[in-house]
Order: sequence, then C-alpha cells, then structure tokens
Amino acid sequence: MNLSDLLNHTSEWLKGAGANSDIVISSRVRLARNIDKMPFPHWAGKKQAETVIEKARALKENVDFLKNTSFLGMSELDSVDKQFLVERHLMSHELSQKPNSKALIVENSEVFSVMVNEEDHLRIQVMQSGFNLKGAWDIVNGLDDAISREVQYAFSREWGYLTACPTNAGTGMRGSVMLHLPALVMLNQINRVLAAIAKLSFTTRGFYGEGTQAAGNFFQISNQVSMGQSEEDLVGNIDGLIRQIIEQEAQAREALVAREKAMLEDRVHRSFGILRNAHIISSKETIELLSMLRLGCELGMIGDLNRSVINELFILIQPAHLQKLENKKLSPEDRDVKRAEIIRGKLNAV
Amino acid sequence: MLCDICGKNQATVHLTEIVDDQMSELHLCEECARNKSAQMEQQFGLSDILAGMADFDKPQKAAETVSLKCPNCGLTYVEFKKIGRLGCGDCYAAFRQYLAPLLKRIHGSVRHSGKFPVNREQRAEQPRAKNELQELRRRLLKAVEREDFEEAAGLRDKIRDMEDNQKRQATDGGDNES
Repeated sequence: MNLSDLLNHTSEWLKGAGANSDIVISSRVRLARNIDKMPFPHWAGKKQAETVIEKARALKENVDFLKNTSFLGMSELDSVDKQFLVERHLMSHELSQKPNSKALIVENSEVFSVMVNEEDHLRIQVMQSGFNLKGAWDIVNGLDDAISREVQYAFSREWGYLTACPTNAGTGMRGSVMLHLPALVMLNQINRVLAAIAKLSFTTRGFYGEGTQAAGNFFQISNQVSMGQSEEDLVGNIDGLIRQIIEQEAQAREALVAREKAMLEDRVHRSFGILRNAHIISSKETIELLSMLRLGCELGMIGDLNRSVINELFILIQPAHLQKLENKKLSPEDRDVKRAEIIRGKLNAV
Repeated sequence: MLCDICGKNQATVHLTEIVDDQMSELHLCEECARNKSAQMEQQFGLSDILAGMADFDKPQKAAETVSLKCPNCGLTYVEFKKIGRLGCGDCYAAFRQYLAPLLKRIHGSVRHSGKFPVNREQRAEQPRAKNELQELRRRLLKAVEREDFEEAAGLRDKIRDMEDNQKRQATDGGDNES
C-alpha cells in the first residue's frame, strides 16, 4: 500500500454512519498484548526488539485476518508519513518516537491496526463509525483469538494479560468513544459532566490527543479500570455511561434551539461563511468553526451538507495531511493557505 | 460416623467448607483433621499474608526490596518503582507481593475475569474440575450418610486421584500460572 492511497479515501470510522452519529464520531477498542518471556519494548535489547518485529511480520503472513494489511516499519517512514498516520488515529505519537524496531500493521480500509513495540509488544485496535463499541469489541476479539493461536501471550490465570504498565493488566482492554459535545460546552454544563465521568473511573481526552481537551468540543471517553470485569462487562459499562452523555447532549441541543435559536443560527452561518471564504486559516480557528458547522448540520440548519464531509475535514486540515496532499514540505504559513484552499474546495462543492 | 478421608477412625471433627459459594461438610478423625489444617494453611498462604503484613509494618525492609529481581529479564523492583513499567510478564510473579496491593489500588480487584488466550483454554477449564471434585465430595457425604461404604470407598479413591492430578498440574504450570 502506498500511504498516499489513504488520502483518497475516507477512513471507515469517519464515515459518519452508525448509531447516534450526530453526537458520536467513533468507537474504538484496543487490546494490549505481550509475548511470553520476551522483555517489554522499553526493557528489550535491540535483538529482542527485532525478534518481536519478526514475529509480527510472520503474523501478517499467517493470520487470515491480517492478509489485507500493510506492514510499515517506522524507521523506513519519514516524519511527515509518521505524523500522517498519527493524524489518522491509526497509531500513537509514542510509536513515531525512537522509530527503531517499531512497526505498524494497518488494514487497508483502516478498520483496524496493530502497533508493534509501542508500550507493549502488540496494541491491537479496532475503530468503528458512530456508537458501536460492541461491534468494535467483536472484531478485535476475533482478531485477538487468531493472533493468540500463533504467539504465546504473557498471561496469568489470576491477573490476565500481563502488560508493561500495571494499569493495563487484566483484560488489557481500553474502550473509548469519541463524542462531539458542543451544546454541553456552550451551556457551561460540560464540567459537571466531566467531573461525574472522572468520579466513575473513566478518563477524558481530546480529539487531537492528550492536552487538547476542548479543541472542537470533542471528548474521548474511555475506561480506566481493566481488571476484575469481563470485556463484555467493561464494554457494557462504557456503553451505559455514553448513553447518558448522549442523552444530556441531546437535551442541551434542544434547550439551545428553544432558547437561543437566532444566536445559534448566526454562529453556525458565520462559521460556514468564514470557512467557505477564508484564504488563510489556522488549524485552531478551523477546528472551532468546523465544530459549530457540525452542530448546525446536525440541527438541520444547513441544507445538504453531509456530516462525513465535515468529519473528514477535521482530519484533512492537519499539518501532515496538508503536506501529503500538496506532496511537499510546507511552512506553517503555507499550510494556513493550503488549509483554506482545501476547505473552500470541500464546502463549496456542496 | 466414620472419617470421610480415611474411612477408618471415628469422626470427631466436623468442618464446613465454603468454596466458590458452595458449602460442603467434612467429618474427620483427629489425625486427618490435623493433616487437612496443615494443607489448608498452605493453600491459603496464611504465612504469606502474615509475611506481607510484617512488610507493611516495616516498609524500609530495604535489603530484601533492593535485591528483588525478575529471574527472566533482570529488572529489579527498585527499577520498576523508578520507571513505573515492568520488564516482562514474569516480573508479575517476581514482584507479586508488591504488585498485588498495587493492582488492587488501581483496579479495585486482583482477579482477571475476562477472556483467556485460545491456546490456554484447556487450563481455563480447571475450575470445572474443581466443581467436579466438590460434586464427588458431596456424593461421598451422602454415601457415608446412608452407610453405603462400598460406594464411599470408590468415591474416596476417585477424589484422591483427582486431587493428586490437580497437584501435579499445579506444579507443572508455568511461572505466570501461580
């Protein structure tokens, strides 16, 4: 697979399909797995790390599920390519650092990917569009079974899957759901919701990674505890919590429309106006405006605009994507110009 | 009433065991009761718990902590404390006494309730063997109650075989299987 091929299609999880996709962008389940007796990546010598890479390469050959994938060695990718994969949520920033003996297996429609030698030997993740944690779990469960036929996992009957960090031990599972909560933010209700989430041992992060909490009003919520409950129960718990948050955001949207419709329409259409006409635009401004546009789109304030176009723009306007689209390195100033051009192209076509 | 274990002496000790929410009663002679209690102590690791508690009282038991090292990957407990990452799967067994309370704090539980790897499924079925053992013990009690000693003797032999088997399996298990 050529990485540029990914540019020309929309990732499965961005399609804006699936349950509650007016509020939920995507659902993701990842499993942390390690190979028995083998030192974890941070503690492994070069030779041991390479052995893990070779085992992962063999997996790609031997596991049917992994037939339709690409195996990308991190040391063979340039910095833009690595950033590009991070921006598409196919891998973590951590995997792109110190690239030796690290790799990514990515399925061609981007439904799943396997990070090799990140914090654990294998991090298997499945992404689904909309609110579909159960669906993501079913896929990753099958994938994990297939892989466990080929490699002996580090596993204890008592403590489950043994991971580099004890916070992941047990199921090794992290389920997360990406939510768009602009109305809760606008009504100043979000802190109350986030506090409740933290109390229930769930964590919240932003769309663009750690420390980007509020950008675009996106919140990624995931379980913190991974031992003591079955995977199905963990999925059920997150599901229950997410359902409540969806309900709260839906009510907040109704309240906004009922109380401040004119203000809301004004902000949505101003956002649309700027996005369709700007010639220089920063990513920060873009994200804020796209967030308003997405809300307007879900509330039926904007004619024919499809949410998948907006979802995709959130990804395309990032630095590495712009540079892949332009096929050359761009300075920050050039990127602001290119970003505005891409947005105009996408939004004026509708 | 005769002892459930040896079947020879008069039962003078009456024991109620609750395993996995299932209650069973044992009627034992003095000698067998003494053996059984030694066995129980081993199973429940009473001495481990006490040692652990002693350690809690004296957190600066530095010499032992410093020398604690994973036999598989060589990571020491002190290094783990510093970097917050374990060195390999075997570290969990090596640092068990310190990790158990840590895992409890993080997860609120120290028992995996999720899936097993496909190639370990056979071992996952061990709990079923445990239930079978309980069932046999129950039948033994019933047989003894109706004074069907022939049946009781047969059941007793089965129970012994099964217990021996389990012991063997337990010692054959890998380092992580503790």
